Amino acid sequence: MMLSDRRPILLANARIVDPSRDLDTVGDVLIADGVIREAKRGIGAAGVPEGTEVIDCRGKLVAPGLVDMRAFVGEPGEASRETFGSASQAAAAGGVTTIVCQPDTSPAIDDPATVDYVLRRARDTAIVHVHPMAAITKGLEGKEMTEIGLLKAAGAVAFTDADKSVTNAQVMRRALTYGRDFDALIVHHTEDPDLVGDGVMNEGEFASRLGLLGVPSAAETVMLERDMRLVALTGGRYHAASITCAESLEVLQRAKDAGLDITASASINHVTLNENDIGPYRTFLKVVPPLRAEPDRKALVAAVAAGLVDVVMSDHNPQDVETKRLPFAEAAPGAIGLETMLIAGLRLVHSGELGIIPLLRAMSTRPAQLLGLPGGTLRSGSPADLIVVDLDVPWIVDPNELKSKCKNTPYDEARMQGRVLRTIVGGRTVYEIV
Amino acid sequence: MTSAQKSSFVLSRRHLLGIEGLSRDEITGLLDLAEEFVELNRQVEKKRVSLRGRTQINLFFEVSTRTQSSFELAGKRLGADVMNMSASSSSMRKGETLIDTAITLNAMHPDIIIVRHHASGAVELLARKVDCSVVNAGDGAHEHPTQALLDALTIRRNKGRIDGLNVAICGDILHSRVARSNIILLNTMGARVRVVAPSTLLPPGIERMGVEVARDMRAGLADVDIVMMLRLQRERMNGSYVPSTSEYFQYFGLDEKKLAYARPNALVMHPGPMNRGVEIDSIVADGARSLIREQVEMGVAVRMAVLEALSRNLPNA
Repeated sequence: MMLSDRRPILLANARIVDPSRDLDTVGDVLIADGVIREAKRGIGAAGVPEGTEVIDCRGKLVAPGLVDMRAFVGEPGEASRETFGSASQAAAAGGVTTIVCQPDTSPAIDDPATVDYVLRRARDTAIVHVHPMAAITKGLEGKEMTEIGLLKAAGAVAFTDADKSVTNAQVMRRALTYGRDFDALIVHHTEDPDLVGDGVMNEGEFASRLGLLGVPSAAETVMLERDMRLVALTGGRYHAASITCAESLEVLQRAKDAGLDITASASINHVTLNENDIGPYRTFLKVVPPLRAEPDRKALVAAVAAGLVDVVMSDHNPQDVETKRLPFAEAAPGAIGLETMLIAGLRLVHSGELGIIPLLRAMSTRPAQLLGLPGGTLRSGSPADLIVVDLDVPWIVDPNELKSKCKNTPYDEARMQGRVLRTIVGGRTVYEIV
Repeated sequence: MTSAQKSSFVLSRRHLLGIEGLSRDEITGLLDLAEEFVELNRQVEKKRVSLRGRTQINLFFEVSTRTQSSFELAGKRLGADVMNMSASSSSMRKGETLIDTAITLNAMHPDIIIVRHHASGAVELLARKVDCSVVNAGDGAHEHPTQALLDALTIRRNKGRIDGLNVAICGDILHSRVARSNIILLNTMGARVRVVAPSTLLPPGIERMGVEVARDMRAGLADVDIVMMLRLQRERMNGSYVPSTSEYFQYFGLDEKKLAYARPNALVMHPGPMNRGVEIDSIVADGARSLIREQVEMGVAVRMAVLEALSRNLPNA
């Protein structure tokens, strides 16, 4: 799948944006032996090793590749939805150079042997980096904690029960307490399942008009508030997996002000779409937690800009058409996002809601830092995981052209501005628009 | 054959409910007396008569093989009439309260009752309702004073002292009465104590009991003279307090590799019964640096010393 070998590459005349250094400048980036040698003004074609491939970027953006903190890949057990191969093709096309896959597979990624299997499968079939999160509890059942120490040693970068909440506070307390000894990051989906009940979209006027059962934002804040108390009690490392509403931001702000080791993600869906986009029961916009109201979306974007929300992730969740082509309440939740997360995020940049640096920081630098991964930066000596992006070219999303095995994109037929031209992983070009 | 007793130590208390409150002199007095019984127990003729005519009841609400048999032998060797009552027996099964049991037994005029109970504080509660001496043989996660004394005797005989030693107590500190009694005793005797466990097995505020806290074995065993391992109960192994036995053994089980973090002449102890392959590796448990069998021997001598020293304080002694 490699489109080129590992010759040195000079990305010349680029607009270099490195959120790890708040850098936004015009210059050249030299890559050799899989690492970034230099990223600065005026390296020029004269100052590079013999045989270097010189690419004139003509002012296009060069930035660290995206580190997507939450993506479902169907291995093991659900390869019909997505494989490491197909997910990584989609990722490369979307500018994502590192996928963090989720443990809600079958069987769940809850023991060291499965972590090992995932890493070997990914090594053999993926064209971008893949790191798994492992389950917090065995079988994602919320009862008994997994082998956090051995799983981390095997390569799990964080611990999560995916889209399940650990409702038993004692189990959560022990996982945070035990995990702290191993410096494990506990990533928790904050939705009280009893408050969610049979709800399928944001509670409020719009759900009432559609005749759909709602999910109150309190389902999220109740669980998040509980977790903040448990983090204060245990001193554990905690990450809220998917924050969606303005009230949660108040909780987060308080916890961060108190000095707790708490960070949070929001999905690209929740920062770019709202409940009104569901329109006439569009099931591709049925996600968990549900899309919220426009004031919530705006508050989330402001929180990303301020760094209160640390990470924006794809929440990539491939669903077969058959599970989506159903009445809204019966359709499977989830949307694909690896291939569109950056471009959808650029909508916020073009509309002036968010700067390019905060956007890229939330999609690369911060997740890499939180997970202890080396990417998310263009500093000399860092892995050569980077992207070349045309910020302005207009195009229309055609689901049939998407690389993911499933086509359940909420941006179906959407008009986009900006496109990934080239994705480089470990110094090799793995995706390129010719 | 009754050789002349060198020690005339008297424990000027009615009960032994815990190590808490014992002075350094009292602990030393008990250990010195126990030394004499170690010698006695190694002879063919082990019988003394100092408790002749006395009645000792072993009241065990929680099953125990080694502690109960150790107390039984200790009482018999001192000449007492020993009766065993265990949790499986009649009235305790029939819902009689602890206090009613105490009042009933008290009416039979025992001289010493040895009590083990699953609830912290139960032994003290019972002691308030009887006229005889009470010895705590373990109450919940509170105290197990004779275990701490036998551990101290074992250490003193092998290291020549307790003062100034570094002792690591490793494992399930949260639920362990052995840990609590040992922490108090070792601190009283001038040792430095470190507890080593995953955070889920550490009681909150433990550092204010006069111990250092370590959460991994490498840091925990550094410069240590004595490594005391604790038993991990089966129901705590599988995801509740620790994820699994294999992960526990990997990070906290004492094997030769982890023992190498301690001082070269460090010795290994365990109150038993052991979970081999969970908290301790067989090679270490049965190795040259293990004191585990000696602890059992010291147990009988220490319990004889406790019974003897308490009996000297009984009426008509």
